[in-house]
Amino acid sequence: MTSKQKMNNRLTKLFSERKTGILNMYCTAGYPQLHSTIEVISALQNCGADIVEIGIPYSDPIADGPVIQNSNMQALENGMSIPMLFDQLKNIRESIEIPVILMGYMNPVLQFGIEKFCEAAARVGVDAIILPDLPMYEFETQYRQFFEKNNLKFIFLVTPETSEARIREIDNLCSGFIYAVSSSATTGIAQNPADDKAIESQQAYLKKLGDMSLTNPILVGFGIKDKPSFDSACTYTNGAIIGSAYINALKNTSSIAATTKDFIKRIKG
Amino acid sequence: MNYTVDEHGYYGNFGGAFIPEMLYPNVKELKDNYLKIIYEEDFQNEFLYLLNDYAGRPTPLFFAERLSSKYSTNIFLKREDLCHTGAHKINNTIGQILLAIKLGKKRIIAETGAGQHGVATATVCALKGLECIVYMGEKDIERQAPNVARMKMLGATVIPATSGSKTLKDATNEAIRDWINNPVDTHYIIGSVVGPHPYPDMVARFQSIISEEIKKQLLEKTDKDLPDYVIACVGGGSNAAGAFYHFLDNPSVKLIAVEAAGCGINSGKTAATTQLGKPGILHGSKSLLMQTEDGQVVEPHSISAGLDYPGIGPLHAHLYESGRAIFMSATDNKALNAAFELSKLEGIIPALESAHALHALKMINFKKTDVVVVCLSGRGDKDLDTYMKHL
Repeated sequence: MTSKQKMNNRLTKLFSERKTGILNMYCTAGYPQLHSTIEVISALQNCGADIVEIGIPYSDPIADGPVIQNSNMQALENGMSIPMLFDQLKNIRESIEIPVILMGYMNPVLQFGIEKFCEAAARVGVDAIILPDLPMYEFETQYRQFFEKNNLKFIFLVTPETSEARIREIDNLCSGFIYAVSSSATTGIAQNPADDKAIESQQAYLKKLGDMSLTNPILVGFGIKDKPSFDSACTYTNGAIIGSAYINALKNTSSIAATTKDFIKRIKG
Repeated sequence: MNYTVDEHGYYGNFGGAFIPEMLYPNVKELKDNYLKIIYEEDFQNEFLYLLNDYAGRPTPLFFAERLSSKYSTNIFLKREDLCHTGAHKINNTIGQILLAIKLGKKRIIAETGAGQHGVATATVCALKGLECIVYMGEKDIERQAPNVARMKMLGATVIPATSGSKTLKDATNEAIRDWINNPVDTHYIIGSVVGPHPYPDMVARFQSIISEEIKKQLLEKTDKDLPDYVIACVGGGSNAAGAFYHFLDNPSVKLIAVEAAGCGINSGKTAATTQLGKPGILHGSKSLLMQTEDGQVVEPHSISAGLDYPGIGPLHAHLYESGRAIFMSATDNKALNAAFELSKLEGIIPALESAHALHALKMINFKKTDVVVVCLSGRGDKDLDTYMKHL
């Protein structure tokens, strides 16, 4: 591990201070309205979210289920793009103190230019990046330097099908936290709550992850939508990520602040 | 120059496996096993048996006399249109289904645009008694009703892709999402030389039977086994990959790839990827891709649904970049003209895809002694509705 990777930022500071119940909220940039991005981030901070993850919309988001796909389409129709997003985010650090993560797919980032993307992200005060279709090999051989140079943590995913050896490899390369996909699924596909066996095997998987004493903290994502699923995800890990359920809640909202307040109250109780 | 894939799945600057972690175990299982399995003797025996006795191979290499006289050269047609189900697609589906059975998979998924790959997949699934799910864009389902009916008659479930632009690109996205959600018992049969490594290489190998036969047949019919030209159309590029495969390392063989220009390269309604595309990542590999400045994938257009794809396989991007293949394009109208010409001169109604390749005959100055092979990738029955409008 290089010294640069160990450099602290808001994200590492959060995990050094808090070990449990961390709530990471996802929303697509430019959704529900083109210029609601900042309002959503502020509402999430004000209502007690610990991390906010902003999705960069893409025409072909293969890891996402229908809810986030539709929010991507909506945001693109609204006119969202990477240059516009960086413009919207340029003053966030005047009011936003919680860690901010950008999540997106490789192609738009590649067209913008990865080095330029990392520099712009660092300039506006982004703490970490998630690019689910950038695999370890390409990250390590071509792109790692740009993230490290800009003190951006790079977050990798693991799934219930990921072998223990590969989890260790990922843990070595990952910084910030490990994004544990709760079941083998696209986003927003919840386990059937009546299926005890599925819940049991999911708990066993999260316990296994928790017991591996990984270097990175673990947040659980995919299918988390309410207090029981949040609490269950947090049992063996440091916290959870909520996306689709919140996107759904924002769909026809007349007040982002009020909807966000209600939503987070239902999660945290 | 090397045209085979490297261990990380690259052809020069293109290829790789840009997949989310959820797909990793499935793709790794394939990557670790495909070469070992497909070159086992019992696999090869069954593959060749089905190619011959079921799909109807070897397909003829037909000397097109009247066409040759028109273009003052020697034109041979590789008759993939005579394969069972009407196109070369079945070479790949037979191979992949046998591989899926070896890997213990019970459920087969596929994407389809015009329906040819969907029909070929449903056909071999019926033969082998496997569950078959085909994703097809909602718009394509409306446009290609006979192929939808064929797939249903063969016992497949056709699921409309309602996301995005509701065409082939989105059907592919939906099939990938299905695979993410069914990580253990399912095999995804990609129909072209696209997708994450090892798909482009695996599909090219299954389709390479086309050029293997061309070499043998040419030697029987002429005094040499190397033609001067091989011409094929390119959407994703599976028939071209198969027709070029055994000639890649013979620089004397000129490889001509013909893309669909749609209404014209600068019309905004086109699928001429090498003319308009930039390097990008779609469906798990880095290749040339038609996209906006912001990196959003552009919806292509071609009169031929099989060429209506915004990218090309990474092998073809490498052949383009290295200059090994010459890329040309044919508009919708030129392809239609070529289809009518072949019908009248040789009594063969080609698929609209293959008609694009035939148009290249008009764009090249052949020598009288040249041996030219055109890959006639499919037959035109499926395109009769379109042809009837232009009679």
